Amino acid sequence: MADNAVAEQERMRVFQAAALPHLDDVYTLARYLMRNTHDAEDAVQECYLRALRHFDSYRGPAMKPWLLAILRNVCNAEFARRSKEEIPTDYAQDESLAEEMPMWQEPQTSPEKTMVRQQDAATIKRLVAELPEPFREAIVLREMSNLSYQEIAQVAGVPVGTVMSRLARARAMLRAAWNAAEISTKRPGPAVASGTAS
Amino acid sequence: MKCDESEVMLHALIDGELDAGHARDVEAHVAACPGCDEKLTAFRAMHEIMSAAPLKEAAPAHLRNRIEALMATPASSVVSMRQFMQPTRRSFFGGFAVGSALSAAVAASLVLTVFRKDQEQTIADEVVSAHIRSLQAGHLMDVETSDRHTVKPWFNGRVDVAPPVVDLTAESFTLLGGRLDYIDSEPVAAIIYQRRKHLINLFVAQHLGTRRTRTMAASIQGYNCRHWSEDGLDLWAVSDLASDELDEFVQKIASALRQPARAS
Repeated sequence: MADNAVAEQERMRVFQAAALPHLDDVYTLARYLMRNTHDAEDAVQECYLRALRHFDSYRGPAMKPWLLAILRNVCNAEFARRSKEEIPTDYAQDESLAEEMPMWQEPQTSPEKTMVRQQDAATIKRLVAELPEPFREAIVLREMSNLSYQEIAQVAGVPVGTVMSRLARARAMLRAAWNAAEISTKRPGPAVASGTAS
Repeated sequence: MKCDESEVMLHALIDGELDAGHARDVEAHVAACPGCDEKLTAFRAMHEIMSAAPLKEAAPAHLRNRIEALMATPASSVVSMRQFMQPTRRSFFGGFAVGSALSAAVAASLVLTVFRKDQEQTIADEVVSAHIRSLQAGHLMDVETSDRHTVKPWFNGRVDVAPPVVDLTAESFTLLGGRLDYIDSEPVAAIIYQRRKHLINLFVAQHLGTRRTRTMAASIQGYNCRHWSEDGLDLWAVSDLASDELDEFVQKIASALRQPARAS
């Protein structure tokens, strides 16, 4: 029926305007949860499919945490299905290897100052990727998706107090790894120890 | 406050999540405790570096295309791409609807006691919600016209201000119409513009948030948001337009307001 088609088109337009601006956030979380691009892309697509199917029952207020919660459930369901299967990663190709010889010990080949920021970002991403769950998720939602504690609590399905303690643990672990990375590469990098921050 | 409590709370301080009273408690403890002071400095530096670093991944173009293609397809004919995602739908919705609603309620009650929610932030959230609401079918406009001389009188008696309605067609912002909205329980004039496919809601009221001499810029739920005060009015612009284009819009509206002839 023509009316239905028009309504359907309108619904698509509204969904697109509401959900598409968050694609990078959804993809970022997917990359950190699924740990490789191919699975991340499938998870993002599934997330948008489910969101579209259930957009009619969406009552807001915040679209970003709603989408991220769906994405998170898609990823967790996939992990549950695979149960003990090996998950390929391309942040750290081999986790057992990463434990013996952390990625951050690789020699830094570009000392130019212009590269430092880019390198810092790459280093930070790698260190975050190596955090265990649920701390990885908490730090990604806070620092990369810029969610409030309440929104993180909604996405992760835990009380705000749990979000606070997870973030504290996540940052403490990240700081330790960060400092270790700096010592091993012996270069002025993202200084997080007090007194060395410029 | 003890150190183990402070070690958790200082992160909430860094993230701007504490109300004034709790922020003072943490700061008082840190001032008297070199160990916690060292941690606060280090974690704050780390947070600042992470905020500045380009950490967000950009979705690849082919993925964006795939998602956009999904939206161009009737929902009934869309099926999941890979079977592996399929069998969990039921458990997911059960889990999301029940688990998340419960925990969100618990979280909300905690938030009320500990976390700050200043008025500007509350209104910014409401303004963005109103923008999203307006995108839903049939909610966008009460009066639909590209003629500002039709839009402006329509607000007479509906709101207690005469909202400026500006013709920016020459700047490729098309006036679509007007709407009566409610923010902070007050009637507010919403004037709708469009550039390309992007809608802009311009909310105007006598008092809406903290008076701003300089434009406040924020990104909330993926929407760009601007608030400034002009001519005894508070103005909020919300859109999924790129940041610089929304700035351009704000600047055009602001300069038109200073030339009353155009904004009549």
